[in-house]
Amino acid sequence: MKNNRTLNSAQQKFTFTRRTMFVGGVQAALGLVLAGRMAYISVAENEKYQLLSESNRVNLTLIPPRRGWFIDRNGKPIATNRADFRVDIIPERLVDKDRTVATLADLLALSGDDVERVKRELDQARGFQPIQVKDGLDYESFARISVRLPDLPGVSPRQGFSRYYPSGAAVGHLAGYVGVVSAEEYAQNKDPLLITPGYKIGKEGLEKSLEDRLQGKAGAKRVEVTARGKIVRDLETRPDIPGKPLKLTIDIDLHNYAARRLGRESGSVVVFDCLTGDILAMASMPCYDPNSFSDGIGVTEYKWLREDERKPLLNKSLQGLYPPGSTLKPLAAIALQQAGIDPEEKVNCTGGYRLGNRTFRCLGRHGPINMRDAIKSSCNTYFYAMGHRIGYDAIAPVARALGLGQEFDLPFVSQYYGTVPDSEWFRKKYDKQWSASDTLNATIGQGYVLASPFQLALHAARLASGLDLQPQILVGERKKPSRLKFSEEHLAVAREGMDRVVNAFGTARASRLDLDDVKMAGKTGTSQVRAILREGRYRSNDRRFRDHGLFVCFAPVENPRYGAAVVIEHGMGGSRAAAPVAKDVLTFLYDPDQAMARLESLESAWGGTIEQRMERDLATFRAELDAPTKADSEAAQKRAEGE
Amino acid sequence: MSMRPGIIPAPIAGLPWRLILLLVSLAFFGSLVLYSAAGGSLEPWAGKHMARFLIFLAMAIVMSRFPLSFWKTMTFPVYGILLLLLVAVEIRGFVGGGSQRWINLGFMGLQPSELMKPAVVLAVAWFFDRLPPSRIFSFDAVWPPVLIMGVPWILVVLQPDLGTSIAILFGGVVVAFLAGWPLRYFIGAAGALMVLVPVGYFFLLEPYQQNRVATFLDPESDPLGTGYHISQSKIAIGSGGLFGKGFLDGTQSHLDYLPEGHTDFVFSTMAEEWGMVGGIGVLFGFFLLLRWGLRVAMKSNSRYGQLVAAGLTCTIFFYIAVNLLMVMGLAPVVGIPLPFLSHGGSSMLTVMICIGIIMSIERHPGSRAGSFG
Repeated sequence: MKNNRTLNSAQQKFTFTRRTMFVGGVQAALGLVLAGRMAYISVAENEKYQLLSESNRVNLTLIPPRRGWFIDRNGKPIATNRADFRVDIIPERLVDKDRTVATLADLLALSGDDVERVKRELDQARGFQPIQVKDGLDYESFARISVRLPDLPGVSPRQGFSRYYPSGAAVGHLAGYVGVVSAEEYAQNKDPLLITPGYKIGKEGLEKSLEDRLQGKAGAKRVEVTARGKIVRDLETRPDIPGKPLKLTIDIDLHNYAARRLGRESGSVVVFDCLTGDILAMASMPCYDPNSFSDGIGVTEYKWLREDERKPLLNKSLQGLYPPGSTLKPLAAIALQQAGIDPEEKVNCTGGYRLGNRTFRCLGRHGPINMRDAIKSSCNTYFYAMGHRIGYDAIAPVARALGLGQEFDLPFVSQYYGTVPDSEWFRKKYDKQWSASDTLNATIGQGYVLASPFQLALHAARLASGLDLQPQILVGERKKPSRLKFSEEHLAVAREGMDRVVNAFGTARASRLDLDDVKMAGKTGTSQVRAILREGRYRSNDRRFRDHGLFVCFAPVENPRYGAAVVIEHGMGGSRAAAPVAKDVLTFLYDPDQAMARLESLESAWGGTIEQRMERDLATFRAELDAPTKADSEAAQKRAEGE
Repeated sequence: MSMRPGIIPAPIAGLPWRLILLLVSLAFFGSLVLYSAAGGSLEPWAGKHMARFLIFLAMAIVMSRFPLSFWKTMTFPVYGILLLLLVAVEIRGFVGGGSQRWINLGFMGLQPSELMKPAVVLAVAWFFDRLPPSRIFSFDAVWPPVLIMGVPWILVVLQPDLGTSIAILFGGVVVAFLAGWPLRYFIGAAGALMVLVPVGYFFLLEPYQQNRVATFLDPESDPLGTGYHISQSKIAIGSGGLFGKGFLDGTQSHLDYLPEGHTDFVFSTMAEEWGMVGGIGVLFGFFLLLRWGLRVAMKSNSRYGQLVAAGLTCTIFFYIAVNLLMVMGLAPVVGIPLPFLSHGGSSMLTVMICIGIIMSIERHPGSRAGSFG
């Protein structure tokens, strides 16, 4: 060969020995590398791997904390936690996904929506994070699942808690509701607790705004599991720490009564404590049942709520804005006196007030009338004339001082503050000069004036007490309210006018309290629906064009204790629709039996309690949705004939 | 061999007791680990493991009685039979539709590719023994060993069994290296590998094998998929610490987080319970074994004996090295068991055959003169 080197066996043996030593050296070196590597993993990184080994071994299941209760001023429950049963699936332990879901759907009568959702969540899930199949189950369903557990690996029936509102729809707008954390909320805060089945957060109302104070501390259940998810044994479990109960100023019995008394109407009742500013009742009806939301509301039920023209999803107490109408006349009376008008000065009512070439009409023909009687009879002419004399800029500050157009420091998700117009505001908003006719309209609570039932009730309470009441919803430390900067005499005139409205053959004479020792004072209001300012429409058969009925009141007349407002949307008149509600609600405070007797007779005429009526209405709605229309059935028939 | 007079009969006294003690210690320790891996039970692994080991040990001792010439004569018939079996396995796998590596012998499954590892070492050594020293630089010294290694290698690659195919190549190449192949072959081959490995990765490897390599490079990329083995193995070893969690107290193995805790990842099972101390102990045992093998090689006077002893020692080394590198996350997951600890008949048989032949070489160091003057 071309290679000129040759070897003998001695040289070969030498090569072998040398190369064997080399191989041995390589082996020894690798041995050292392995020993070093092992030392690094097991000694230097020991802590890290011990932690990982522990997290393998121990499976931690969070126990959602129970939310703090809402209780009323007397300690009665408004929102509680009800023990119920829940079925979850633990994806890791699932054997046959489709069969298991099908069996569960059958046993629990799951809707198509639910089945879809469970399947979707299972596809995205991984590991031990349980997926909720259904909660709020009764014991029957729970037992049905439990006996079949051996055939359903991965299915985990548990006892849990769900939010329960004993008053149902009556407290919907006040308390709000809870629900599962949405994908967006979870994206913001990746706390695994948020997606633990059974964990709910406040979505609306006080539940939402007081979320931080209601939340408890999650517990944790620790179990030792194998890689296949078999539980070997239970380790120590840390129980959850429930959230602290929150005491509301609400008197739940009064609140429930008010909500029920609203009946089939769409409206709101707000009652204040005239001494403290406590909100005693704040009912807005119709309303959703917050229990439905807490259990995960159905598509149909939500559609039913959304399509109802009476807007059950809107909290009318705080977010409903209405022209207050004549309910603002007592307020105007105070402003007139402040401007120096003698309450005994009379204006001759001839059925209207002429301003330029336009006549502003009064509903009656009252003849010569003074301030107190103008309130009593709700004489527009008097207030047109007097309002015109002092101008609305002199009235607006009084309205604001009594709470109109104001927003309050309250833990509600949203309050609408309405409008108290004046020339300044008008110029800014419309770039026009405030006219005398604007003053006339505003004086009788029409035109640009807008207020919420909450503000109207507060205004009544402030006017009645003469105190600058600050509304309260949470029982706690509160400052003693200061006095309003109004002359007590001026206030007295307004109150006397309101007394006469009810007790001296005024506009609300039909609604005087049937009590021996307590009298109510009030003021009716009938406000035109804003879009329809022409007359004659208020008796329209079209509900949407009917006038709103309002009533503000306080009781007792001497030494007022309660201030309230009632607004009935499209109720056609304050004396007719709103005042009777106010009468019953205030009666309830003094003589519950009498009030309940009247309510029960009314409810039997309306078709039952709130729950009964809602259930029936929803059933009707479902039936209408499901019923095939005539066109559908004709088309089906044609198809059948064609074949 | 010291022949001490005494009450112990000479054939027994003449056994290499120190080696036997080392092997028994390793295998017994392996049985302990398997006993724990089964949750504290001899069934299904520990008992069988020990029984098999004792049978194979007896076999190795019997093998050590055969003279070197016997192995020389047997080399090619055995190599040929194994090659035929490999083809048979290949055809059966092809007909049966799927990879098939086993031939069932009743008491254990036999993998011809396993036995091919020592057979290739014997065959390549046989060739270099016959090759005149002067021809070592010629092409004649290249193509026959390449053929001897290459044919079984291709058959095993086709199975496909990456780990075993590399082991076969490794044994043959080490023998060629020790026989005196010029260094430039190795340097050249290393250069070629650097080019070919990426090509091979994309064109030769099955997707699952590609996956393993990719995962090895970044185990955390897929902690629940292919990287699971490596991650869990490191957790087992790492959580053991210096002294381990204690016998029968391993959680990774007992709660099934560690896959293959009784076969390929038996070292992790051991390390979790015995810690770094146990690991160093096992490493030291292997060190003694390999040192013995290479010493036998260097003491042997026949070229065939030298090459075979060193080649077989390296075959055992290959098992140990690749397995330990794998369980510690330094090599991709290839199904190679750890001698004396992993449960499994074929690999133990192979290792004990290697040891039996090395023992035979130790007993028969041969004359001082080589085959060629």
